[in-house]
Amino acid sequence: MYVAVKGGEQAIASAHRWLADRRRGDRDRPELEVDQIGDQLRLAVDRVMSEASLYDPELAALAFKQASGDLTEAVFLLRAYRTTLPRLAVSEPLDTASMRIERRISATYKDIPGGQILGPTYDYTHRLLDFLQLAGAEVPPAETRDDVTDAEPCPQILELLNDEGLVEQEIDDGSEPTDITRDPPDYPMDRAARLQMLARGDEGYLLALGYSTQRGYGRNHPFAGEIRLGQVEVEIHVDEWDETICVGEIALSECQMINQFGGSREAAPQFTRGYGLAFGHNERKTMAMALVDRALRAEELDEPIIGPAQQAEFVLAHADSVDAAGFVSHLKLPHYVDFQSELDLLRRLRREHAARQAELDSARDTASPQPKER
Amino acid sequence: MSRTSRGARQRLLALSSRQHIEARWGALGALLGDFPAHRCVRGPETGMAMLKGRTGGTGNAFHLGEMTLTRASVALDDGTVGHGWVRGRDHRHAELIALADAVAQHAEWQEALEAQLLAPLAEELAERQRRDAATAAATRVDFFTLVRGE
Repeated sequence: MYVAVKGGEQAIASAHRWLADRRRGDRDRPELEVDQIGDQLRLAVDRVMSEASLYDPELAALAFKQASGDLTEAVFLLRAYRTTLPRLAVSEPLDTASMRIERRISATYKDIPGGQILGPTYDYTHRLLDFLQLAGAEVPPAETRDDVTDAEPCPQILELLNDEGLVEQEIDDGSEPTDITRDPPDYPMDRAARLQMLARGDEGYLLALGYSTQRGYGRNHPFAGEIRLGQVEVEIHVDEWDETICVGEIALSECQMINQFGGSREAAPQFTRGYGLAFGHNERKTMAMALVDRALRAEELDEPIIGPAQQAEFVLAHADSVDAAGFVSHLKLPHYVDFQSELDLLRRLRREHAARQAELDSARDTASPQPKER
Repeated sequence: MSRTSRGARQRLLALSSRQHIEARWGALGALLGDFPAHRCVRGPETGMAMLKGRTGGTGNAFHLGEMTLTRASVALDDGTVGHGWVRGRDHRHAELIALADAVAQHAEWQEALEAQLLAPLAEELAERQRRDAATAAATRVDFFTLVRGE
């Protein structure tokens, strides 16, 4: 039960003013600019966009700044802003095969057309704190390979290296996907809706669930078939144009996971797949998403459901950090009346318990009178 | 000079930065002299586009998430209407794309538009993309196999 509580206005105003003061920090230092965040803390920005489900680096950077670096709060801010905008268009499906590659690796095939491109990665760093950054050392510009005149095409590996039909193929059957922002989720949920929910899911949560499958709670033997990061052009269809038009490009991360075999009496055994796709540079998120996507295919692939990561309703209903943080946070709202009624109930139960106890005691006394003291 | 198609022009202008377009637009205006006045007939307005991905990159479509999108429609004094769309929230950028779309419908301005705006922007875009590719290529792994001695 919720009852309107009045009062505290002045306290709230002062609290918010203190918050703003804390956020601004030492006035002797220059204020952090939103552009600096977009430029120098871009992985945080990418995570905010991805989980807020709205691609806009500047607004994500603003949200990050406004939230003093609290990613979950920043996601909430950007998600809330999203509800103020009308939807003007729906894109054509993004063509990740034509991505302008910044990073592209495969853990399953060494020699691949287009090559293994490491990109700006934290992999292979020694994870030692770099005290030069504390001292503000100059950073040399990125190297370039100037014999490169044009990006070599990087076809999707899983499509290319599948002459033998060893890997399950993903073929478009032309079905129109559901949209969980328009139609409330309904279980069981098809894969398109699941992917939409996973794409906005909290990275830490998906990472833990993906990890749980590796540790045996719904094992599916994954290999990172291909991971790619880069820029993809966005095409939309609009009334004024006959053809689809390009309205810009966005950064995307994609993970194609190859997993152990599926097959049936009719179909020969073949590798199955899990898929991860996210805004910005979000490699870990896409890997976790691909693991969970694959785990959620357990029923479709006739696998025993033994791990939490395979239970669609459990996984999907708790993946959204805005939902989760909201419901946990609501415990901070005044529950005075609610709690008062619990207190009353508890007092009554204790009174009844004491009365029963007294009754039992006196019954025992009459049945077998024992002298209290000799 | 080959004419840029309408779709290619929209793409080029959407992929170019607003600052680059604006800088060259000024020069173009001076050159055209009788550059037409225009007014916005729709927007500029910012909304969103829902982006679709494909399962496994090639399979069934699914909704990935949204992005901000701005559109503008302008009319020149003579009534010619042009449209522009661009990712993000930059109203001026969308307006400039719409303006270029309207101007391009006039045969007498096409050559100047091509030479002063589209060709240099295409060059800038190609150079930026080449530089990106060269930077990525520097991180490409060259495998070599160690041959064991007898």
